[in-house]
Amino acid sequence: MNFMASKQPENSLLGPEADSQRTLYPYVTGTSVVALKYKDGILMAADMGGSYGSTLRYKNVERMKAIGKHSLLGASGEISDFQEILRYLDDLILYDNMWDDGNSLGPKEVHNYLTRVMYNRRNKFNPLWNSLVLGGIKNGQKYLGTVSMIGVNFEDDHVATGFGNHLARPILRQEWHENLSFEDGVKLLEKCMRVLLYRDRSAINKLQIAKITEEGMTISQPYSLKTYWEFSAFENPTQGAVGSW
Amino acid sequence: MFRNQYDTDVTTWSPAGRLFQVEYAMEAMKQGSAAIGLRSKTHVVLGCVNKANSELSSHQKKIFKVDDHIGLAIAGLTADGRVLSRYMRNECINYNFTYESPLPVGRLVVQLADKAQVCTQRSWKRPYGVGLLVAGLDESGAHLYYNCPSGNYFEYQAFAIGSRSQAAKTYLERRFENFTDSSRDDLVKDAITAIRETLQGETLKSSICTIAVVGVGEPFHILDQGTVQQIIDTFEIAAEQEGPAAEPDAATGRDTAAEQGTAADQGGSTDEGVAPMDI
Repeated sequence: MNFMASKQPENSLLGPEADSQRTLYPYVTGTSVVALKYKDGILMAADMGGSYGSTLRYKNVERMKAIGKHSLLGASGEISDFQEILRYLDDLILYDNMWDDGNSLGPKEVHNYLTRVMYNRRNKFNPLWNSLVLGGIKNGQKYLGTVSMIGVNFEDDHVATGFGNHLARPILRQEWHENLSFEDGVKLLEKCMRVLLYRDRSAINKLQIAKITEEGMTISQPYSLKTYWEFSAFENPTQGAVGSW
Repeated sequence: MFRNQYDTDVTTWSPAGRLFQVEYAMEAMKQGSAAIGLRSKTHVVLGCVNKANSELSSHQKKIFKVDDHIGLAIAGLTADGRVLSRYMRNECINYNFTYESPLPVGRLVVQLADKAQVCTQRSWKRPYGVGLLVAGLDESGAHLYYNCPSGNYFEYQAFAIGSRSQAAKTYLERRFENFTDSSRDDLVKDAITAIRETLQGETLKSSICTIAVVGVGEPFHILDQGTVQQIIDTFEIAAEQEGPAAEPDAATGRDTAAEQGTAADQGGSTDEGVAPMDI
């Protein structure tokens, strides 16, 4: 994957000048992605923000994309690396289609392919700085998995990246059940996204929800959640706090 | 086929547009002992006739497992067959590692055919002298493919290759319409019968034939000698009992059934003593 023709006289990637050749920190990042399995397939939600450090710089970034006929990929982390991954997957799906036989790569295969890519990049100390969520449905089998930038991968009935793991997963653990209807699934995702909006400083109030079923993938128009800021705890939040006066 | 001035290397066309070296490679395949394959919607059965150099040696291995869902039978230069099966096993393992999913047999067969084609277009190579019957499963069900040294591949409902395969082909042609809906056990019986056709009167016993099965929910495996012998024995009994109203070859079956019956029994017991290397 990483065919860089290094003209540096460096024999190790870890010397100071070789640092310009590998990813050390992310620049433009997306925040959490949350996804769950429901009756007909997978529902996934992500906001449309691209932060540049602490600045909420880009507000129209689509962080979820369809892969082939059967899969949906959502990413948090470095946006440019996400775009690179989309290019790899484009090639993968293209070659899969070129066989022109009755076989196609399903979500499980794409997930494992991504795991290999992420893990191999990590081993070269040049990671793709993303946490990915891969969901899909093929021949009635629903699949939802995640891969981190160091290649950790697993499948579950509901997954999240970044802050979503801390704020959304507990809600999902309580309230997720098999065969959620579409409306209930969306409500549950919105509940998670609302908490993230209140508590994650890199979240913005402009999100999309994508669904993938046997029929295909659809992604909603961007919309915003209703929020309520009049809770009494939000007035004079530091009054009486330890260390305040 | 006659020797002529256009058959020295594979990269020379004849004026009639033939590549003689490739055709000679197909001849090599026809010299090997027979291998047959047949499939239903859910299962594929491969069978082959085992030859041994002498009574002292072990039988030539002609059926290879490539993965849980793919296997093959070869006819021709067994060394070439071994090398190709190693390539196929490698491809399956690599695909499984990357995608955690079995390699669809249709794609493996195309890769194999492309590999064979390369050898028909390089002056420093020679075509593989082996025909392969590849049995496998993929998303669309059970498949049987035939790969030949020319680099062509075809999908079949049933096929036979190697020496005296025509007899098996004739038998299969008569019966193939029923195969799609056959049960797994009937398919195995048909495979054994097809093998018997290639033996042309030689006694059929489990030591000279090998049967392998792959199907939905059944990983590729070679049936053990005891099982095969049991099935053969049921034929002989059936042939004896059915009498002239049954299949056309029941008549010969009946005459020789008595000797085959006893020969099979003897064959069974002595073989159990002999065999560490069989199959």
